[in-house]
Amino acid sequence: MHSPVKLVKSMWSDLKGSRELAWRLFVRDVSARYRQSYLGIFWAFVPALLSGLVFIVLNAKGVVNFGKVDIPYPVFAIIGTTLWQLFSESINAPLKAVTSGKAMLAKINFPREALILSAVYEVLFGFTIKLVLIVVVMLFFKVPFGPGLLLSLPAALALVFLGIALGMFLTPIGMLYGDVGSALTVLIQLWFFVTPVVYPPPQLFPYSLVATLNPVSPLLVGTRELMTKGTMTDLPLFMAICVCTLIGLIVAWFMYRVTMPIIIERMSS
Amino acid sequence: MSDVLVSVDNVSKKFCRSLKKSLWYGVQDMASEMLGRSGKHELRPDEFWAVKNVSFELKRGECLGLIGHNGAGKTTLLRMLNGLIKPDQGRIEIRGEVGALIALGAGFNPILTGRENIYVNASILGMGKREIDKKIDEIIDFAELGEFIDSPVQNYSSGMQVRLGFAIATALEPDILILDEILAVGDAPFRTKCFNRIESLSSRCAVIFVSHSMPQVTRICDTLLLMQKGAPLRHGHDLGEIILDYHTSTDNADVAASVEGSQHGSIKAIQIHNSHGEATRSLVYGEPWSISASIDLGEETARLDARFMITINDQEETNVAQLEKLIPAPQKLRQFVLSMSYDECLFNSGKYYLTASLQFGKKGTLAYVARNMFVLNVKRDISGYAPIILQQRHEAITPVNGK
Repeated sequence: MHSPVKLVKSMWSDLKGSRELAWRLFVRDVSARYRQSYLGIFWAFVPALLSGLVFIVLNAKGVVNFGKVDIPYPVFAIIGTTLWQLFSESINAPLKAVTSGKAMLAKINFPREALILSAVYEVLFGFTIKLVLIVVVMLFFKVPFGPGLLLSLPAALALVFLGIALGMFLTPIGMLYGDVGSALTVLIQLWFFVTPVVYPPPQLFPYSLVATLNPVSPLLVGTRELMTKGTMTDLPLFMAICVCTLIGLIVAWFMYRVTMPIIIERMSS
Repeated sequence: MSDVLVSVDNVSKKFCRSLKKSLWYGVQDMASEMLGRSGKHELRPDEFWAVKNVSFELKRGECLGLIGHNGAGKTTLLRMLNGLIKPDQGRIEIRGEVGALIALGAGFNPILTGRENIYVNASILGMGKREIDKKIDEIIDFAELGEFIDSPVQNYSSGMQVRLGFAIATALEPDILILDEILAVGDAPFRTKCFNRIESLSSRCAVIFVSHSMPQVTRICDTLLLMQKGAPLRHGHDLGEIILDYHTSTDNADVAASVEGSQHGSIKAIQIHNSHGEATRSLVYGEPWSISASIDLGEETARLDARFMITINDQEETNVAQLEKLIPAPQKLRQFVLSMSYDECLFNSGKYYLTASLQFGKKGTLAYVARNMFVLNVKRDISGYAPIILQQRHEAITPVNGK
């Protein structure tokens, strides 16, 4: 941190240098995972599908009433839970990647960005599989496709980056104290309910805070709108969150780099 | 041209004994690092200097041996050199690529095949795809894996995994090579192969070698740095002398002296005298020396033939030499001092433990054994691999076929 210019330069060159390694790590993890499983990619969308189904059933039976949505509710719910899964995977990814790479980190000097980058690849890989689920559900319920579906891909990327940035903020402390990981699990469960995933954004005042204070809401809702309707109701807010995410990502990356030697020092070799 | 690849200038590093405090200090350090402050000069409670004021320079083609007993700070210093952790004080400058043979086979995934793991492990160590493609045959060949290369690594024996790891790690051609105790891997033929590989690498780079095996150290290194409790104790080209200091810096308590046997007789004391007739605990290679033992045979056993014997162990607890003297029964002596003298001290540089014993009768019943009764240090200018260096009486160089 004593020479910022040098730090930025080395950050950039390490990012470039870590692409190939990140790809290798990604290929390693994915191929090892699928070689040891019969159902394979099935697991990529099962959680989203199941939690979506629960809410579809609850809604259809009138057990809960989430108010009116302007597309078939199953499409609304499945897209919502899929995008939520994408976010929660992203926020967990950095800590998970660094923890599983601990032995390597403690002994070998390689660009530390590679671990995060390969985690991002893995999240995106899972997302492409989930996209198939979304397309199937939309076809089944005859929701028309538009160019919005393509536009929604970069929008979903914003969701990934928000998750990665938040996850990277937590990684340094999370590597030292196990509490962070446990708290994160609880937090994400709660967060699901205060995000308009399976219900439309509330309009009434105290509840509408859910949509305005929660940075995930505009991204998730906006991406879903792009997918199903091709437009976004609150584009400025969406863009503002994107800019904040980008800034947050860079700051988190700074932190990650600067704190890594200190974390390794506290780990056993 | 002075091609200095590594320069270490007054480097120090703190460590913490207590885990809870260590983690909390970690949080503090992260905070102060983010704010760009550095308050790293004092020890906080429960901290100590794991490395203190170490300095050295290393040029291409040189090899520095890092020796010291466990906890001397060698590994911490290596981790700093490797760029894994930062020094709290001082500067480390590295010019060139660092290759560390520390974690062999890091990042191996047991499910994947050997070939796939070569790609992963080599990229972790910093090789690009094209470079790996070029070297993969050489790697497979060196690791002696044959047709196993396409089966999952989890089916490999531990020796095969280590061989593969070593083959990948040495396929790199770094400017600075860091070796931490890795020559203790594999079976004997493979170890020899490893050694040759390292020697061929080391001519082109600067090597930093950590080992507890003094024969290995003397074989590879030009200079030695002896560390004790984090601080540099000795540094220089004088290998023999520094190795001797390494040996003497151990507490003698590490090899426990003990007494066994039926106790029909005992050995009261042993003394060693140097060429000037002075009692000493250290000899120089080649000097005349003598050993004397005060022996008490006891009443019953004084009538039997007795045999006095000293076995000499080196640091690795291998018996390297034996001194003995038959004491015939008719002497009727009970208490006496036995002296034996030798023309030359033939031991190599190092530390030796003397075990004295008394045996009686035809079967050689053990009456008294005093294990590690005496510790002897020997100094020799050039060290080598073996504990004993024989002196030739004659030597001749004869031309063959008149050439």
